[in-house]
Amino acid sequence: MSTHEVIEVEEWAKPLPQLDNVNEEYWKAARQGRLLIQQCPACGHRQWYPRALCASCAAEPAWLETAGRGTVHTYTVIRQQGIPAFKVELPYVVAMVELEEGPLVFGSMPGIDPDTVSIGLPVEVYFRAASDDTGVPYWRPVVS
Amino acid sequence: MDRTPVIVGIGMSDYPKVPHMDGVQHHVLAARRAIEDAGIDKSEIDGYVGAGGGGGMMVDDAVTMAEYLRINHRYIDGTMTGGSSFEFHVQHLAAAIRDGACDTALVTYGSNQLSKMGRSLGTGGMHRGVQTVAGPMGYEAPYGNSLVGSYAMHAKRHMHEYGTTSEQLAEIAVGVREYASLNPNAIYQDLITVDDVVNSRMIADPLHMLDCCAITDGGGAFIMTTAERAKDLQQPPVYVLGAAGGQTHWNICQQTDFTTSAGALAGPIAFERAGVTHDDVDMLMFYDSFTITCLILLESLGFVPKGEGGPFVAEGNLKRGGKWPLNTDGGGLSSCHPGMRGIFLIIEAVRQLRGQAGVVQVPDCEVAIAAGSGGWLSCIGVAILGREHP
Repeated sequence: MSTHEVIEVEEWAKPLPQLDNVNEEYWKAARQGRLLIQQCPACGHRQWYPRALCASCAAEPAWLETAGRGTVHTYTVIRQQGIPAFKVELPYVVAMVELEEGPLVFGSMPGIDPDTVSIGLPVEVYFRAASDDTGVPYWRPVVS
Repeated sequence: MDRTPVIVGIGMSDYPKVPHMDGVQHHVLAARRAIEDAGIDKSEIDGYVGAGGGGGMMVDDAVTMAEYLRINHRYIDGTMTGGSSFEFHVQHLAAAIRDGACDTALVTYGSNQLSKMGRSLGTGGMHRGVQTVAGPMGYEAPYGNSLVGSYAMHAKRHMHEYGTTSEQLAEIAVGVREYASLNPNAIYQDLITVDDVVNSRMIADPLHMLDCCAITDGGGAFIMTTAERAKDLQQPPVYVLGAAGGQTHWNICQQTDFTTSAGALAGPIAFERAGVTHDDVDMLMFYDSFTITCLILLESLGFVPKGEGGPFVAEGNLKRGGKWPLNTDGGGLSSCHPGMRGIFLIIEAVRQLRGQAGVVQVPDCEVAIAAGSGGWLSCIGVAILGREHP
């Protein structure tokens, strides 16, 4: 549907998701700049994070590529955090983003001035390459 | 044979800071005190319930603790829903005792969180560096959220939808601190004002340092049995009138409504079972991991309509002498919070219902509610307790 920027990272110093049979498609797509959610072929329910079943009707869900856009549903500004890789980025916004497609997605907005963030702010996804097969989605304000 | 479930023994370990004690020793000291308080013989105990979550020299899950305490039980429950585990335990034990699965059960908890980990629980992070994180946590771990941040996202959304203010939330911390000032064991005893709270350092917007609970060492235990057995025990029995629990998510990334909790599911069931109304309740023991936790419990359990919690709290209704005094032991905010505080909600409610709460005694306390929040407002357990036989 649309591919978004993927920023190469020299040395990834943060925790990484562990890929498994169900989630690897999600993380690999992110490595290529695409944000996936799931949609149920049986009942139409859309969900994030990806699972082996539709949370609504228990059928086997299918992948749905999103436009990578949404609005800030709620957020916080992390001002104290003990993990070194995050400490150097303080303060930063951690947010729940409501996708245009419906589901809420968890993420963060490193490097964005917290004073410019508010509930309802339109945001779009970009990615950082965490490893050869894993991209991590991040969010930043839509530039109009 | 009257198998109505009752609480007949309570005990707390030492707190707030006990550097020479391991988490398991907190379990043990609390258990010994609960057994002494009940005045029963240890050999009578035929049920053991615990959530783990502490430990130290060894894991403290239910089977290990049952062995260590040498309780050769015929009923065990290791339900672990975070800080609300013990309200779920009351729910489960009430059914087990009515059913005859056991007659007399011991519930214990202990942790040396402060001595072992310092105050890192809220902002230290669970995943320390470059490592892979399996399962749902993998969707959060790359982002550097904190435990405080997860609750802060609730507060932010609640403020957005209902106009709740930091000053209103601060009233909760101020009221609980007044009770802590009357508890010589509380970790923080100096009185504070709303200004102190809103001017304290921001940890995760909009939660300030004084919106956040303390970190301490500590442990607790209680004993449940039948009303029949309680007749010739030394303490007045406290009756389990109604208990219920519910879950909406576990990890914060799966919360879908940041203004409420599973209390909206569990609350009505607990009240229906108890056969009491909100106006019958004389005091509240709410899990106060953060000020916002209490506000959301207050609303989702139906004490006030959704969105009206802020002004209600600002009127002083939860303070000493108010309509519903909150956390008369000084709460997790100011007294004792080793990580999973739910057991202390039960213990303090029992103390109040027995009329043994000393200077913080709520007059004519007949019905009390203990409402635990586990995880990130994820699992809510509710126990309504009373001093009269239902």
